[in-house]
Amino acid sequence: MQAQQMETGLDQKVEKIIAAYREKPGALIPVLHEIQNELGHLPMWVQQRVSNAMNIPLSEVNSIISFYALFSEKPKGKYVIGVCKGTACYVRGADKIVEQLQELLGIEAGDTTPDGMFTIEVVRCLGACGLGPVITVNDTVYTRMKPDKTKKVITDLIEKTGKGG
Amino acid sequence: MEFYRNHVLVCGGGGCQSSGCHIIRDRLIDSIKKRGLESEIKVVVTGCMGPCSLGPMMIVYPEGIFYCGLKPENVDIIVEKHLYEGVPVKEYFYRDPYSDEPAAAIHEIPFFTRQMKIALRNVGLIDPLSIEEYIAFDGYFAFAKALTQHKPEDIIRLVKESGLRGRGGAGFPTGLKWEFTAKVQGRPKYVVCNADEGDPGAFMDRSIIEGDPHSLIEGMALCGYAIGANQGYVYIRAEYPMAVEHLQKAIEQARKYGLLGSDIFSSGFAFDLEIRVGAGAFVCGEETALLASLEGRRGEPRPKPPYPAQEGLWNQPTVINNVETYANLPSIILKGPKWFRSIGTERSPGTKVFALAGQAVNTGLVEVPMGTPLGDIIFDIGGGIIGKKNFKAAQTGGPSGGCIPAGGLNVPVDYESLREWGTIMGSGGLIVMDENTCMVDLAKFFLDFCQDESCGKCIPCRM
Ligand SMILES: Cc1cc2nc3c(=O)[nH]c(=O)nc-3n(C[C@H](O)[C@H](O)[C@H](O)COP(=O)(O)O)c2cc1C
Ligand code: FES
Repeated sequence: MQAQQMETGLDQKVEKIIAAYREKPGALIPVLHEIQNELGHLPMWVQQRVSNAMNIPLSEVNSIISFYALFSEKPKGKYVIGVCKGTACYVRGADKIVEQLQELLGIEAGDTTPDGMFTIEVVRCLGACGLGPVITVNDTVYTRMKPDKTKKVITDLIEKTGKGG
Repeated sequence: MEFYRNHVLVCGGGGCQSSGCHIIRDRLIDSIKKRGLESEIKVVVTGCMGPCSLGPMMIVYPEGIFYCGLKPENVDIIVEKHLYEGVPVKEYFYRDPYSDEPAAAIHEIPFFTRQMKIALRNVGLIDPLSIEEYIAFDGYFAFAKALTQHKPEDIIRLVKESGLRGRGGAGFPTGLKWEFTAKVQGRPKYVVCNADEGDPGAFMDRSIIEGDPHSLIEGMALCGYAIGANQGYVYIRAEYPMAVEHLQKAIEQARKYGLLGSDIFSSGFAFDLEIRVGAGAFVCGEETALLASLEGRRGEPRPKPPYPAQEGLWNQPTVINNVETYANLPSIILKGPKWFRSIGTERSPGTKVFALAGQAVNTGLVEVPMGTPLGDIIFDIGGGIIGKKNFKAAQTGGPSGGCIPAGGLNVPVDYESLREWGTIMGSGGLIVMDENTCMVDLAKFFLDFCQDESCGKCIPCRM
């Protein structure tokens, strides 16, 4: 594990992020945000590093990560599919979209496929409520989802991953 | 300065971005170039114009001709016929949902004419990334006036007299909050903006920050001057990356123009802003939880008092207001409390921004005078229910709110009247439901939401 981190230079990246916030008060959350953007998740060795460098007990770092829904200790899939289950999307049938995604990918919401390709996340309101139901695939927003449209988005992605993309 | 014969405004709001407005803009610019009109016609990408369900859309000024539901190939025809030959293209006009008649200009469309914009005054009208455009529409005039002609106490008095109430949900009088904080001894003081916008079905604050970030900056700077604070924080939820980006750019521009930083307008007053991004916890919208999160802790609320005015961020006196509250302030200082009080109702002056969502025909962003009947918002502005179905209920106030059935369509939308109907104004989410919505199922949905998002701090959640 240790050797792998050195190799990929992740270590230095983490150090650099922490250093950039050294002077700012209340920087733990922004630091965790940036590290997660870089690594995709926040494994234990990172938490340890943050705890040491910022002089915050490891238990506190960990409690922050578990409190905020956006922080994850587990790696996420290459494609993170966010399904909005906010009120506006809900009254336009978001729960059916969740069910369909679970069926198509064979996983429950919150989980990642064994091949590490897809994660389904239920989110609360993406702020595109006028056009619900809304889903996102990484940074792309898809609106007015219907079962056939969902199916197409997913099969297109599967096809893309199959081709090594 | 260049003079353009026409300005074409393309909506670049969150909804239209997902409807592909970038393709429309590129095609438009391309098509204008091909016709050799680029020195006569200016294309501006704006924030949310309002009727998200009609996107992608654009408005051609000076006539105010409104085109909606655009496909890329439609754009070439509009450039050829309208911008070159001067004949507007009827096919892409908005059609009235009741009569199916085409309406050419925005001043003929009830969605626009029934609104009144203060907080959204520039949203959908200017390029949010241009401080010059904001200034051209009287931007930073209120701030300049405050720093050069008014004492901090005067600003607090004006805000108090205006009767402005917090737009984040509770409706607390803003001027009073500022006065408390100004009177508390102890420095530094802080100005915080609540842009966590946690209520599902709400996107007003997002649209203000994305579409007119400078009005938030100006409102916060006015607050800083009034209470004697030199540093502000904007806490934005992580789900809004474009809002973060636009605000960051706006802050940098304001610094470059000397509108943030030290010795602003040679007055000796210094003020600066920093953005903090949330991490996905509904309860962080509550002010004490938000402050805890800003300090880098778990976002858990604590009992009040002490109020943030007394012990806020890092235990220092702090004003925390909602985005829309701040966005109202420049106009109040510029036009005066009397003007503001002439809009809305006696106890709820001014306007309120709503995010109209659910089964309405025209879903999107609207701003109306307080006291506007609920039915007017849903049927005149919202164009009624999709598929001409029957209206069942409207949900306001987010998870802590309630539903108003058909019998309440005449209720004037203001803080007090909504309370009488067992719901609250909340932050402005307005979700319309048709006859097919199951209310029992919806109640279950809200219970699930509250259970998921509970932090377990307050007694009701623990029982
Ligand atoms: C559970 C809970 C969630 C809240 N969420 C928000 C929110 O998302 N945005 C907001 O502006 N205020 C929210 N509030 C209200 C804030 O606590 C606070 O009243 C508000 O930021 C004050 O600003 P204002 O006076 O300008 O409205 C919430 C309150 C509670 C109890
Ligand atoms: S409720 Fe789904 S985007 Fe707002």
